[in-house]
Parts: sequence; structure tokens; C-alpha cells
Amino acid sequence: MKRSLRPLAATAVIFLIAYALSVAQFPGMLSTRVLGNFLTDNAFLGIAAVGMTFVIISGGIDLSVGAVIGFTGVLVAVLISWLGFHPLAAFAIALGVAALFGAAMGVTIHYLQVPSFIVTLAGMFLARGGASVITQDSVPINHDFYSAISDLIIRLPGGGRLSFIGLLMVAVFLFGALLAHRTRFGSYVYALGGNPVSASLMGVPVARTTIQIYMLSSTLAALAGIVFSLYTSAGYPLAAVGVELDAISAVVIGGTLLTGGYGFVLGTFVGVMLLGLVQTYIIFDGTLSSWWTKIVIGVLLFLFIVLQRVIFAASAPREEQPEKV
Amino acid sequence: MADGDYVLEARGVLKIFGNHIALDNVDFGLRSGEVHALLGENGAGKSTLIKILTGAYQPDGGSVHVDGIEVSLDNPLHAQTFGIGTVYQEVNLLPNRSVAENLFLGHQPRRFGFVDFRRMEADARILLAHYDLHIDPSSELGTHSVAVQQIVAIARAVQLSGKVLILDEPTASLDRNEVERLFDVVRGLKAGGLAIIFITHFLDQVFAIADRVTVLRNGRLIETRPLDALSRTDVVRLMLGKDIAFSGATDVEPSETPDEVLLDFKGYGRKRSVLPFDLTIHKGEVIGVAGLLGSGRTEVARIMFGADPADQGEVTVNGKPTSLRSTSDAIRHGFGFCPEDRKAEGILGDLSVRENIVIALQGKLGWFKALNRDEQLEIAGRFGEAMDIRAASLDMPVKLLSGGNQQKVILSRWLATDPAFLILDEPTRGIDVGAHAEIVRTINRLREDGMAMLVISSELDEVVAYSSRIVVMRDREMVAELRGRNINPGVIVQAIANNTDEAVA
Repeated sequence: MKRSLRPLAATAVIFLIAYALSVAQFPGMLSTRVLGNFLTDNAFLGIAAVGMTFVIISGGIDLSVGAVIGFTGVLVAVLISWLGFHPLAAFAIALGVAALFGAAMGVTIHYLQVPSFIVTLAGMFLARGGASVITQDSVPINHDFYSAISDLIIRLPGGGRLSFIGLLMVAVFLFGALLAHRTRFGSYVYALGGNPVSASLMGVPVARTTIQIYMLSSTLAALAGIVFSLYTSAGYPLAAVGVELDAISAVVIGGTLLTGGYGFVLGTFVGVMLLGLVQTYIIFDGTLSSWWTKIVIGVLLFLFIVLQRVIFAASAPREEQPEKV
Repeated sequence: MADGDYVLEARGVLKIFGNHIALDNVDFGLRSGEVHALLGENGAGKSTLIKILTGAYQPDGGSVHVDGIEVSLDNPLHAQTFGIGTVYQEVNLLPNRSVAENLFLGHQPRRFGFVDFRRMEADARILLAHYDLHIDPSSELGTHSVAVQQIVAIARAVQLSGKVLILDEPTASLDRNEVERLFDVVRGLKAGGLAIIFITHFLDQVFAIADRVTVLRNGRLIETRPLDALSRTDVVRLMLGKDIAFSGATDVEPSETPDEVLLDFKGYGRKRSVLPFDLTIHKGEVIGVAGLLGSGRTEVARIMFGADPADQGEVTVNGKPTSLRSTSDAIRHGFGFCPEDRKAEGILGDLSVRENIVIALQGKLGWFKALNRDEQLEIAGRFGEAMDIRAASLDMPVKLLSGGNQQKVILSRWLATDPAFLILDEPTRGIDVGAHAEIVRTINRLREDGMAMLVISSELDEVVAYSSRIVVMRDREMVAELRGRNINPGVIVQAIANNTDEAVA
């Protein structure tokens, strides 16, 4: 097996074992209802994590994701509830604003040579602050369009429901996988994460690619914000605080190397599902504090970072036997 | 010969950095179907010339011609459109991606807007077959040896440019079989009419593959000649600018009864770095290390100091077998090391002169015996005076000092630890004459005090002036040990050029 596939395989195996153990304890967890809710409840996190996957594969990090989700929620709610926009128009505006926001961060990162950590940290404060300036309160959204979308569900045998936002997340993952693994843009993203100097010597348009990566991340974060507003039917400036860290965790647990260059979009999907499984288990148990989620995530993250080190250090090519050429 | 003969030509090229002339009116012509070696010591202007020919630098005077037509090359990608491709010593590819993607990145075949992997891998297989390389194109590049990566880099460069191939020290990290393999590839490309510039520090390789040679020294063109009219000694002489006349043996009396043995290296070496060597070092002895750049001089120093631990052989210190697995092992045994690249590996630019001097001593004392400020000042003051360090204050940042004074600070740093064995790598490079003399005087004084030293230098006159013995490195191998009367620049040059192979060349 290719070494870059090993962390992903490990995640998938851990997910299956953890799910099997959970089902052994709570047979109710093996139902279409639980699986459907997995998708719905984690839709916004999953969509944001797709963008984060691209950023991390390129060797960067995007800390502004949670704040962009919060900002988008408020913007959409204000446009619809206070200013009377149609939700679709509000969505288009929100996505456009986020794309510009991401492009601005990409420009700063590339042209001013500032680490992405710093730039997106500034972006996080800007977006969160901007949301709070618009309103301090939760703005409810009561629009027919929102109820119509909530009613768009596919009923599964066994009482499960596939919601629109759950399916949207799956679609975003498929789109992300195609983009990462089947297009030139995708290969440029991996190239930047592998070695930016080589990449530019090989003719990779570094500036354009960097800007596009952060545009993609912010736009998907805004889409996640829209999904979050559909999920909660409201916009709240302090929504989704810390979601960027959950997204980073899902990406790393899904087998993407935090230093860039290696990773899979579909691995992130498994990572998101694993995080969802932990939460669902704690709900089923009922006696555990929800903070156990954090502890489990911490342990998983630590495990995967060690695992990646071991895999990539053990198969460093220089120490291998000289091969026949 | 007519101008039209040249595929790529530089005419009267001038390049100035600040007030330093890096290239002075250099002419260079490259024909198709030849391998043209470009030689010169560090700082001779090789890499500046290459950077001008690949568009990384713009010349301050003169012109570059492709097929006789004057061109201005904006950057390496632009040069590629004129058919000029480059392969660097450090493979500039993406180890995390597949071989096929490294060959075609930016030019991947597409179907319906998506990369057509099947076609890309088929194309890669065909391309690599030309180089007799039968590897899975979908395998990750980083899992292959450096030699394979180097060939993939050549395949990419030739496929995208196809007229001129510049190989900038491609063999520096390859072993002998891999070099042969690479040379087969180069010969094949040459037969196909490609013009190839080959840069290396290994003379054997120049004689193995090159047709003509151009030698640069101090930014000037010394000679461009067909190689079959030259001997190794001629080439070394051109590079170093030394006449092989007898120019004064060392005034150091070789002591008939050597002092106590301090260090004894037996079969000491490291894969891909230095072939195993034997060397005994006595107290009060200065061992000079001579050899061309890239011959393994610095590598010997790093192995001895444990910076790159040896993977074979043994060493005894004061008669006791020991191991030098890390620099702290070496420091514990009383070793000191002043590295070649002062700025990158020696000085801590933002710290003060005082802190730079005491840091190694503090490291030796450990965490719990902190030197207080007065002690630091006392030590720094003592060495500042002894070494004649010219600094306005001992508290000024060391990066503001001149190169010579920085070198003295580093030397003081190690002297403060009272070392038994001191390794100096190019201690006089890039410093002014006064500081130069001061450092040579210090080396002599320390030897008289009974310290053992290993000094690496490209300045043959200087090595001759202070060494008790001289070892000569060639192609990562210790090839000669000179003592007594043999310590003179003429003999050293002959040893570097390997006179025994003269007949073959």
C-alpha cells in the first residue's frame, strides 16, 4: 500500500471498530436514523473541513473558518429577516463576500510572505468582530424557503432521514475529491505542500494557486455558515466558535499530513464521521459529560500525529537499500 | 570558429554585486552534441554564470545568445521556452507526488477538463523507457533513490526544453554506480545532439564525460579548451592558479618523536559522505586538510565532531575507545569546531559578542552552573584582548562586526572551553588581511601550547605555513598524507590531481 494511504486506512479501520463496539453496547446505534443524523448534524463541519483539507495539503492553515461561519450566519439572517432579501440572493451575497475575504487573505499570505497562521488569525478576529458589530443577538429566520428546504428529505427504510444539508455535504465532499485528485489545480495544491520552491521552478502558478486555495476555504466556510443557518434557522455572531479546530482535527484524523503535501479529501469525510460517532456515543450513553468528546478527540489527534510520524519516518527513502536502476 | 556554431553563448558577460565583480567580461560558448565542463573553485563565478544563462540573474553587461540571436532571459521558465533546461544538485522535484506527475506537472494531459491519469502514466512509461528506467510511473517519487530522482529531473528538463541541458553538480550525492548510470544517460542525450553543461567538483568525472572544459577563477575566464589536450595537473593548476614550482616548505620541524597520541581514527567513515579513513592525531599537532571543494574536507570535520555521526570504524580518545554520536559527545571530550559557513552555522548574529563567546563554555558547564554577567564579561574581555577583537563594546550584536572579527569571536568561543582538539573549517575565508595574519598566528601559538588541531583550507600557502602534516582529500577519500619536505604547494596540487592516473588521462 502507498504510505500516504496508510493513515487513511488506519482511520477507516478505527472508525469501523469504534462503530462496531458502540453497536455492541447500544444496538440502537446501527440504524438508518442514526446514520442519517450523522450526516445532518455534521454537515456544516464537513463542508468547512473540505476547504480546510485543501489549505492543509498546501502546507497552510486557516483559522478564520469558524468566524466566517458565524459571520455568514448573521449576514444571511440580517439580509433575509431585516432587509427582506430572498434567501437565494442572500446566499449569493454571502458567498461572494467570503470569496473576496479569502482572496484577500491569500494575497496577503503570498505577496507579503506572512505565515498563514498569522493572516488567518487576523481574519478570524475580523470576521468574528464584524459579525458582532452587525448584531449582538441571535437573529431568527422565518422564511418559507427555509421551511421548504427543511422539508426536502429522503426517507430511508427504518425511519432514517437524509436531509438536504446532509446530502449537500456529501456532494461537497465529492466535488472536493474530484478537484483535489483529478484536476491540475489539485496537483498544484499538493505541489505547494510538497516543496514551494520546486513548485515555482516547475512552473506552478504559486500566487494564483495560493489565492484560489484560501478563496475556496472561505467560500466553503460561508457555505457551511449557510448550512448552519438552515440547521438552526437563525444567525448568531458567536455561533461556531472553535469549529476551525474541529475541522483541523477532522482533516488530520482523516490522514492529511499537517505539514502539507499528503492527504485525501475523502479521508476528511471519515475523520468527520469519526468525530460524529464520538458525539453520538456520548449522547447514547447519557451519563458521560459532553466534554469527553474533547478528550477523545485529543487522544485521537495525538495518536494520528504519532502514527504519521512513524509511517513517514520509517519509510524515508534515503535510508532504504539502494534500488536497482 | 563561426558564431553560428554555438547553441548557447555568453559574450563579454559582466555581473556586479555591490562593489564586488562576480563575473568580469566572460565569454562562454556551447555547441550541440558536446558535454562542456565548467570548473572553478568556490566564488570563481560558476554559479553566477549559470544563473545568467538560465535567466535567474540579468547580466550587467554583455549579452546572451541562443542560436546566434541575442535574447534576454527573464527567469528560468522563460529560458525554458528557448530550450534551456536545468537540473540542480538538490533535486527540485516534488517527492510527495508520483513520478508521472513530476514529469508532466503543469502539462498534464486532460480529458473533459480532468487530468487523464491513464494517458499521463502511459506517456511517462514511454518517456522513462528512453532513459532505460523501468519504474512504476504512479509510484511516489520520494520512494526512489536520489539517482532515479535525478534521472526523472533530467527527463523532465529535456522533455520541456530539449536544446540545452545544464547539470549543476548532479552527482554530488550519488555513489559510484549511480554516477555511471547517470553518465550513460548523459552520453545518450549527447549522442542525440543535446548541448550539455556539466558542473562538478570531481575531476575524475570531468575526464570521464566532458569534451571541452571552461575554467573560471575569481570571476574571470581562464581558459576554454578541448579536454584531450589537458592533463589533470593542468586542470588543477588552472583552477587554483598555482604554479607547481617549489614555493617554500613549512618551517614547522616535524618532531622526530611525536608527542602523546590524542586521537586515533580507524576505518572511520560514513555512507554517502566519506570513505573510511585512518588518522592518528598527536597533541601539539596541526593537521592540514587540502582538497578541492566537495572533495569531502568538510565532511571529515563533521564526522569527527559528531555532527554527522560515523556509521563505521572506531575512534580512541587518549587511548580509550569511545563513540562520537553527537556534537555533545565531542564537546564532552574537549572538541571544538568552527564551521565553514560562519553566518549560517557559527555566529548567533543577534546576540552580543560576550554571549557568543561564553555560549559553548556555558553549554559545557550545563544548566545549573550559570555564568553570571561578571564572569561572562571577564571571560569575554580576556579573549577579546588576546584575540584582538575589534568591537566598540562587548555588548554589541556580533552581526555588526566584520567577518574577520566574527571569526575571532567563534575561535574565542571554543578557546574559552579549553579544548584538547579544535577543528577549523576554512578559518580565513572572506576576512581581511590583518585578521587573516592574526588567525594564522593564533593557530601557531595554540600548537606550541600543545593543542591538537585540524585545519581545512583552500589556501595552499596558508596550509603549508602552519601544518605539521597534511592530508589530501579527493572524491570523498583520504588519498595522501604528506609530511616533512613533502609539505609544499606543488606536491599538494599533484596529490589533488592524482598524478598516478596521469597516463590514463
